[in-house]
Parts: sequence; structure tokens; C-alpha cells
Amino acid sequence: MSVLVVQGLSKSFGGVRAVGDVSFAVAPGEMLALIGPNGAGKSTLFNMVGGQLVPDAGSVLLGGVPITGLGPRAIARHGVGRTFQITATFGSMTVRENVQMALLSHKGEVWSFWRPVAGRHAAEADALLAGVGLAAQAERATGVLAYGDLKRLELAIALGNEPRLLLMDEPTAGMAPAERVALMQLTRRLATERGVAVLFTEHDMDVVFDVSDRILVLNRGTLIAEGDGASIRANPAVREIYLGTGATSGGH
Amino acid sequence: MEVTRRLILGASGALALPGLLRAQGSAQGNAPIRIGEINSYTSQPAFTLPYRNAMQLAVETINSKGGVLGRPLELITRDDAGRPQDAVRLAGELFNDQKVDVLAGAFLSNVGLALSEYAAQNKRLYIGGEPLTDAMVWDKGNRYTFRLRPSTYMQASILAEEAAKLPAKRWVTVSPNYEYGQSAVKWFRQILSAKRPDVQFVAEQWPALGRVDAGATVQALEGARPEAIFNVLFGPDLTNFVRQGNTRGLFERRAVVSMLTGEPEYLDPLGDEAPEGWTVTGYPGEAIDTPAHKAYAAAYRAKFNAKPMCGSLVGYSLINSIAAGIAKAGSTETERMVDGFRGAVFETPAGGATYRAIDHQGTLGVYVGKTALRRNEGVMVDWRYIDGKDLLPADEVVRGMRPASAT
Amino acid sequence: MDSIVPQLLTGLAGASSLFLVASGLTIIFGVTRIVNFSHGSLMMLGAYIGWSIITRLPREPEWFVLGILLTVLATALIGVVLEVAVLRRVYRAPELFQLLATFGVVLVLQDVTLWIWGAVELPLPRPRWLRGFVEIMGNRFPAYDLFLILVGPVVLGLLWLLMNRTRWGTLVRAATLDREMVAALGVNQRTLFTSVFALGAGLAGLGGALSLPNASANLNIDLSVITDAFVVVVVGGLGSLTGAFLASLLIGVIQAFGIVLVPKITLVLIFLVMAVVLVFRPNGLLGRPQAEAREATVAAPVVRAAPRELRLLGALALLVAAVAPFVVGDYYLTVLTDACVAVIFATSLHFMMGPGGMASFGHAAWFGIGAYAAGLLMQWLGAPMPVGLLAAPLAAGIVAALFGWFVVRLSGVYLSMLTLAFAQIVWAVSFQWVEVTGGDNGLLGLWPPDWARSPRVFYWIALALAVAVALLLRRALYAPYGYALRAARDSATRARAIGLDVARLRMVALVIAGAACGLSGALFSYGKGGIFPTYISIPHSVEALLMVLLGGLQTVAGPIIGALVYTGLADILVRSTDLWRLVLGAVIVLLVTAFPEGIAGAARRLWLRGREA
Repeated sequence: MSVLVVQGLSKSFGGVRAVGDVSFAVAPGEMLALIGPNGAGKSTLFNMVGGQLVPDAGSVLLGGVPITGLGPRAIARHGVGRTFQITATFGSMTVRENVQMALLSHKGEVWSFWRPVAGRHAAEADALLAGVGLAAQAERATGVLAYGDLKRLELAIALGNEPRLLLMDEPTAGMAPAERVALMQLTRRLATERGVAVLFTEHDMDVVFDVSDRILVLNRGTLIAEGDGASIRANPAVREIYLGTGATSGGH
Repeated sequence: MEVTRRLILGASGALALPGLLRAQGSAQGNAPIRIGEINSYTSQPAFTLPYRNAMQLAVETINSKGGVLGRPLELITRDDAGRPQDAVRLAGELFNDQKVDVLAGAFLSNVGLALSEYAAQNKRLYIGGEPLTDAMVWDKGNRYTFRLRPSTYMQASILAEEAAKLPAKRWVTVSPNYEYGQSAVKWFRQILSAKRPDVQFVAEQWPALGRVDAGATVQALEGARPEAIFNVLFGPDLTNFVRQGNTRGLFERRAVVSMLTGEPEYLDPLGDEAPEGWTVTGYPGEAIDTPAHKAYAAAYRAKFNAKPMCGSLVGYSLINSIAAGIAKAGSTETERMVDGFRGAVFETPAGGATYRAIDHQGTLGVYVGKTALRRNEGVMVDWRYIDGKDLLPADEVVRGMRPASAT
Repeated sequence: MDSIVPQLLTGLAGASSLFLVASGLTIIFGVTRIVNFSHGSLMMLGAYIGWSIITRLPREPEWFVLGILLTVLATALIGVVLEVAVLRRVYRAPELFQLLATFGVVLVLQDVTLWIWGAVELPLPRPRWLRGFVEIMGNRFPAYDLFLILVGPVVLGLLWLLMNRTRWGTLVRAATLDREMVAALGVNQRTLFTSVFALGAGLAGLGGALSLPNASANLNIDLSVITDAFVVVVVGGLGSLTGAFLASLLIGVIQAFGIVLVPKITLVLIFLVMAVVLVFRPNGLLGRPQAEAREATVAAPVVRAAPRELRLLGALALLVAAVAPFVVGDYYLTVLTDACVAVIFATSLHFMMGPGGMASFGHAAWFGIGAYAAGLLMQWLGAPMPVGLLAAPLAAGIVAALFGWFVVRLSGVYLSMLTLAFAQIVWAVSFQWVEVTGGDNGLLGLWPPDWARSPRVFYWIALALAVAVALLLRRALYAPYGYALRAARDSATRARAIGLDVARLRMVALVIAGAACGLSGALFSYGKGGIFPTYISIPHSVEALLMVLLGGLQTVAGPIIGALVYTGLADILVRSTDLWRLVLGAVIVLLVTAFPEGIAGAARRLWLRGREA
């Protein structure tokens, strides 16, 4: 059974249709890439699934439960983890504390005013950090991390929520090409290990074809193609869009 | 500039070493009698600086005549910044650290009440100079607090008496919306209505203190078509109100009765727009030709090269009253001073006065008269001085208002 | 009623005056993001300078206009001096530090103005032509007010032309939208900021000079104008000129009719208008939401528990404080007691402002609510001090919960301004509702019971409460709740994405801060024997900000150090010179420029130098 089922999702801004009647599904452990040129509606679609935007029509089901129109917090509570195009971490905390925060929230231990955070779930946090290769950085201030490390930290934070679905918006934006592949292969491995469904948008086609199980192509708000890497590569409609911009690798 | 130099000199007492001062203060014999004084020097400088000048003049005059009980007076002033809480803290400093014998001061009513409360709690003597609130000697009165200046009630009652002589029946009031303004209007209405049952109050305006929207206020009063106006606004509020009123013709063919407007502090800034023919309480200043006042005014002018203001009269009289009270007590011990101040008779440039034993209110009187323009400046004319003792309610009324604990 | 039209016109004239001051404030804010507290002082200087110039000129209208223009130039020049000498040095500092610097300037200018022009208010003598009027519906209406009605739209029009038809204006508008972008375009930011400040100051000067025929130049203009100007700017939407104009009209007209209909609550009315507008339009009438990215770029340093050495030092200080009554005299004990109150006052503000990210410009409201709760209980029920000290935080906490519903949905400066408005409403109620609160005479006779009356015992009580509150708040900050609160501040987006309820976290922070602050208000009142509306005044709220920011926002020890330093400094200054405002203001400006991270922050940086990876 699919983790995420999206049906007929639509959204307009001031009469301009940004996303129209998009449907798809993601299975556990599956990496689904969402691609398309700038302005195709990727972010809008993404934000409707993540709760930042309320759809005009359509439904979003998570594990069979409708989450359409819920806010980001409620959606997170339903087991959706997220990373952002511009990294969003807690700058006044250490790397470990960032993950501890996610764990505390997930376990419903936020409304406690007495016992210090210091040792709470530290081992679990360190395990998650080790999983993304940040174990050595656990004590450091988040603000001094390299950009690639911040991205990995976001991944660890998102995993702290024990998500069934991970939403990754441009996870490799701003990273060096070698790092990109490394991050997404890490994600791939974690998804497989934990059976997490991953929906991500990505500009870098090398990354997309390298790690995704399936690819959705969006153009002008509608789904124009869906399939595995080979079929998408061969799809004339997709070729037309991308040849038009000439970008197959990281250009945007 | 004169003001500036005084500003710096004014607080110089605090720069001396506290230990040294303490040693001086505790020694009896010829050691000075220390008067600690707290006032709103930075927040109300227009009134408190001439007041402080006159206090210094009075201290010098008294000391040149041998002081009190053979000891010179020493004045230590502090700035409360217009905040009662600061005044209370500084009262502690003056008593505990500077070892003053008696506390004086306050311009704002709330500062006066805070100091009075402090005095009662700590059983120390406090003599209020300028605060007007009736509460200070009546419903919040206490054993350790005296007040010199004629109160809101006294000012309002003389104005109500004058107002009762006018033919006007339709009255409006305009008053700053805080305790002073509200009490003034309350007393004025009460006393005037008692004397003239035919009078009715058809509108009232309550601009926020210091923020009068003069145009709209004047327009609203005009809309009520009154025959007479009772005004309690003062300071910049009064200036704005008078200007809008003049232009919009609010005061034409209408009687105006106005609290304190005859004080040069408020009348002078109006310049050539000072209203004519308003019935006011205030201070005619150098126009007063009694020998005592002439001598005082000449000495003040000689020392400060400025004309004495109403605040100066209060400051000068305040020091005189303290000297007289201590002389009568024959001691600077607080309980004996309280008994000494009760009924103490003292001279002021305006005439003799006393602290009433019944409520500790000073009987310094009120000048009431009309405003007029002379050489493009507002002055008081046709004024007369009414002794404070004639402006107070009957003794049994006063006893009823004063708490039992205040004996 | 034939007085409706004149009353409306009067409101429009008032609106013009409001707009003149507010326009400069909003332009300065739009470009430099500085909440300029000294804007009222600039208007005050405009009034005084205008008075000095115009009284020296012939009394004809053309000379009057010339005098006004010269005044505008002079205040613009003062604006340039201010910008170059003070503000330029603090642009990189956190937003609130600039506010602090401008408040230092307010203090300095109060004394400078007193020194130059003296204490007596200075009305401009009005020549005949300024006293003229026209008959409107049987009422005399001042011709000058008609002129004022025109000035507002004319100035708006000129500013519109300046903003839309000149290269400079284009840059200003671009900078209002995105400061970084303009910097990236290679525009000389310094010149742009200086010129914007000059324009804003000139407009304030214009407002001051044009007020002269109706009002006097006096020393109270600065603070009375600045609150009105803030309200207009916030209601209009920060940075929006047209918004400020609409807000001026709205407030001017409501004020004019409010005077007729509800003469006793005009003061509250304005702030109610502001609160209502912000509830329905959280960014004001025409304001844009502030960029979220900006808050994320200012990375707060990592909060770590204090090093062992510092804890030892703290314990030592506490020991010294505990035995102080055996060493110092009664007066210094009361100063120390005040310092304890200040510690609670400041740490409670720090709680919501530092970790909570909600800067309150009206923290004194909670102080006052706590104080009045204790005072009214004493007056109505004869409740003794222990009951009062319990009731105060309860009352303040409950009101904070009600108020929180409005406020936690706002952010940044809008939130700060709503807290300011709320504090002004509380102040106005305490000041004007004499029957209940005693008005400015206050509530008296609020003394501790006999066993606690000696300065020594009362000090120990205050010390115990201060230490308890500081430790409890610290405890909460290192507990999951405190981390979650900080998380919501660091990145609301991320906090929501991990399932945190940002609004509720902030709401609870406000309630905790309000309750703690209420306790300090009650404690203070028992120490002073009374409660007065001055407890809720704007300067008192600013004092709280001063303590927190001087101490340092990013450390738990910061507000405590700030409270102690500020209390000591203020006490020494007030007792040594009548020019304490000048000195205090200068010290604030110096500290702000020298230690933009606060005293504790600077000490921490020195301590950590070389230790942090």
C-alpha cells in the first residue's frame, strides 16, 4: 500500500493555475523525484503536500488518512519529515541538540519545564547523526557547519520524527556535484533501511537518474510524464522541455 | 545661561563623601540643620527651578540672621524625575545616608503623596510645598505630613464663589483627565451648584494631560453653546487651548473661570494672546506692593536677575515655614517637630500664615483676580489676596475626612 | 448637528500634523529598519529651531515660509549628524540595539534642549494673519488649520514624486523592499542611508515648525509625539507612506469625533484603533509581511551552560548579596532591593525576548498589572503581602494569556508595537480611571507586614524571590520547553516541520514572562509603599529593554548583569547631577556602539576566544 496518495490536487493564484489536477502515489522505501522547469509548479505542489499551502481541490492521503489542508505542524505529527531548499535548522543549538529537539518533539516531551535537555535522547540523537555521517560534529555549533553538513543535519532532524514520508525540496541546491550524489545516496540508503517513502524535487538530472526509483515530470502545473529513468529519458515531451533549456545537469 | 549653572550646582551636595557628611550631621551644637528636598527638577523645570532658587535665597537669608536654634540651615536637593517611586528611594537616601532632619518638596501630587506615605511609615517629618491634591492632608492625611500651598479644594472653592456671582447658567468644564483635574471639577461643580441651584453643566471635556487636541476640544465645547467655561488646563495644554479658542471665538461674550491661570508660569507663555477678563487664581508677582513682598522680590531679582514666579513664592515660604516650625519645636527630634509645626506661625512674602493643627494644611492664601493685557503681556488685575484659613471647610467636616490615625 | 463639518475639518488638520511626523519615521524605518525613538526629539528640535528662526524674521507670511524651510534644512542637517555619529555604527548590530541607541539620543537631546532653550515653553507669537479664520456652517474655523489640511496631501504628493520620479527615490523604494539587493547593485549604501535619515529628520522638523502657530515649543513634545507617530506608522504598515497617510486620516478623524462622543477615553481610543487594525491586518493597512529570510540570517550564537568558573563567580556574588545587610546602610539596602526587583523585571523580559524572540516595548504593563492586583486586593479585601505576592503573578499571567491571543500571531516590530500599545492602554486606565486606581495619586499604604518591614528582612525576601525567579526561568530555558521556544525563534519553519506548536510555545512564554514580571511589580510596590501609573510608563518599559540589551540578549546571565549595572548607574547619576539624562544617554550610546552583544555577551566572547571550534 502506498504511503502517500495524491489525487486531483489543484491550486491557482489570482486566476493563474499553478497546479492542476495532479495525482500520484509513493510506496514505502520508494524514492520519487519530481522534476520540471522553473515555474512548473513543483514548489506549489510540494507545499500543498507539506501543509504550507491549502489546495483548491483534490486530496492528500497519508497511509490512507486524509491530511488535505492541514497545517505543517499537523502534517509533521502524521509522520511527514521535511527538508527545505534553504536549510532551516536551529542556529542557537549544537548539532546534537538540533536532533534532540526533533526527538523530544516526536516523543511529545516538549512541555516539560524541569528536567534539562542535556542528556535526553542523546544516544539516539548520536545514532541518527552517525547515520548521516555527522557523529564527529555533534558538539559543534550549527552556525559553523559547512553547507553540505547542514543539509545532512536537516536529514537527521527529519528522521528524528520517524517519518513515513520524507519531503525534500531541492535537497542538493547549492552543493558541489560530488556532494550531491553522496547526500542522495545516503538518503537512498536510509529510505531503504527504514522503509521511508521519499518525495523530492531536484534540478540535477544526474542525481535524479542516479537515485530515484520513479520520476514525475511537471510542466505548467500538469503532470506530463511518469516513469523510471529510462522511460523518462526517452519521453519526447520531456526531451522537448529540457532541450529547450539545454539543461541536463544542474543548470537552473 | 543661568539655569544651566544652577542645574549643575543644584545637586552638588551629593558629590561630597557620604562618610564626611554623616560625621557632620550627627554632631549637634553648631552642626547645620539639614533639609532634604526632592522635586521634579528635570521633568518640570519651568516650575521647580525658580522654586529652588527661592529656597536657596531663603536659606541664605535665614542663615545670615543666625540660622535656627543657633544652627545654620543646609539644603540638599534631589531630582525625582517625575516618578514617585524614585522620590521614595531618594527619601530613604536623604534620611538614612545624608541624615537630613526634615524632608520637604514635591511638585506633583503623586510624588507628594508617596513622600507623605513614606513619612508616616518611617515616622519622619515631611513638609510638602507645591502638591495640590486634597488627599495629602485630608483622606490620606497623616501625623507626619504638612502641606504649605493652598489645595485644589481651596483654589476651586474661591473660583466657585466668584463664579456664583456671574449671571451665567449654562456651564461647561474642560480639565486634564487625571486626579487633579477631576477633583477640581468635582469641587467646583459641588460648591457652585450649592450656591446656585439654577446652574447646569451642559458638557465636559477631559483631554489627556499634555496631549490636548485643542481644535477638537474647542469645537466640542463650542457645540454645547455654553454661557460660561470652567477651565483647569495648564502649561502647554493651556497654550494650545487658548490659541484655538481665540481663533475660533470660543471665549467671546462668555465668562471664563480658570484655575491657576494667573500664575506667571502659565500666563507668561501666552504672550499677547493671554486672555482678558478671565477670573483666575494665580500670583500677581511684582505688582504686590506690601513691604514684605517688595523686599522679597527685590532680593530675588538682585540674586537671580529674574522676576519671582509663583513657584518662587512657594519655595521661599516653604523654607520660612520649616525654620519657624523647628524654632517652635525647639528641637529636630521628629515627634517634637510634629508638635512644633502644629500651629507654627510663619511669615511669607504674601503675608503671615500658619500650619493648622487640625489637618496640617498651611494657610498660605490665594490671589484671585482677572486677567488683562498690559504691553502685550498677560497680567493679573483687580486681584485680592484671600487668607487660606477662610477658604477651608468647617472643622467638623475636615475632622470627618481625616483618618483617625492621623493625630 | 452643524458642528459635524468643523469637527471633521479639525480632525483632518490633526491628521496632517500626524502624517508629517509619521512620514519621516516610516521612510527611515523602511530603508534602514531602524525604529527611531528619537524621531519625536527631532520634531521637538524642529519646534525649538523654528521658534528661534521665525521670531528673528519679519512677521509676514513669506518670511514665515522661509523660516519653516530653514528649519527643515537645519533638522535635516541634525539628522545627518545623528546618522553619521551614532546610527552608522550600529547598523550591523541586532535591530533592537539601534532602538536603544536612538533612546540614548532622546535622553541626550532632552538635556541639550533644556540647556539651549531653557525650561519655559516657547510659543511663537502669532501675527494677525496667522489668527485668521473662515466661517464654516456658522462656526469660525482657523485659516491656518485649513492650510494644514492641505499640507498633508501636498507633502504626500511631493514624496510620491520624489520616490517615483527620481533615481534616488527608486533606490529608496528598492532598499525598502530588499536592502541586500541594493547593496549588491553597488549602490553606496552609506550615502543612501544618510540621505534617507536627513529626509526623515527634515520631515520631523517640518512637523515641529508647522505646529508652532497652534502649539508651543516645549520639552514634552518628544515622548508625547513619538507614541502617536508609532501608532500611525504601525497602523499604516511599516515603510508605507500611503499607509501612513491613511492611518493619519483614520486616527485624526476618530480622535476629533471621539472627543465629542467619549471625551474621557480619547487616550485609550487611539490604541484601541491600533489593536483592532493589527488584529485584522497584522501588517497594518498597507504593510507587507517582513521577509522571513532576514530573521534566519542573523544566527544567534549557541547557548551553552555557563562554564564552571562563572557559576562559582555567581555563587560568590550571591553569597556577598546575602550578607550585604550586615555591611551596608539602610539606603544602599533599598537600592539593592530595587536591584533585585530589576533582576526579575529584566529576566522576565529576557525570557520572552531572548529565547522567545518576542521583543516587548511594553513590558512595564505586566509590572503594573501585578502591582495594581496586589494594591487593589489590599484596598478591597485588606489582603496582606503574601497574598498580594501570590495574586500579582496570577493576575499578570491571566491578562497575558488573554493578550497573548492577539500578540503571538504577529511578528517583529508589529509585535513590539502592539505590546507598546497595550502598555499604553493599561497606563491610560491606571492614570484616568481615578475611582478605581486612584489615578496618578496612585494606591497608597501598601507596606509589608510587620515581620518583613525592616529593610533588611525585606531585602532578603526580594533577594530570595529574585534568585528563585532567575533560577526557575533558567531551569525552564534548559528544559525541553526552553529549547522548543528557542527552536521556534531560530526557525519557525523548521519548528513546525518537526511538529512544534509555535503559537502555543510563544503564548506560554508570554504568560510566564508576564507572571514573573507581575511579581516584580508587586514586590516593588511593597518596597515603595504605593503604586503609581508611572510604573507603566514608556520610559519604564524602555528601562527593561535597556537592562536586557545592555546585559546581553544571548546569555542567561545577561539580563541579571544588565539589571545590576543599570540600577547602580542610574542611582549614582541621579544623585550626582541634574544632567543625569545627558550622561545616561551618552553612556547608552557608547555602550551600544562598543558592545553590540551586551556586557555579558562581550565578556562571553572574550572568554570563549580561542575555545570555540
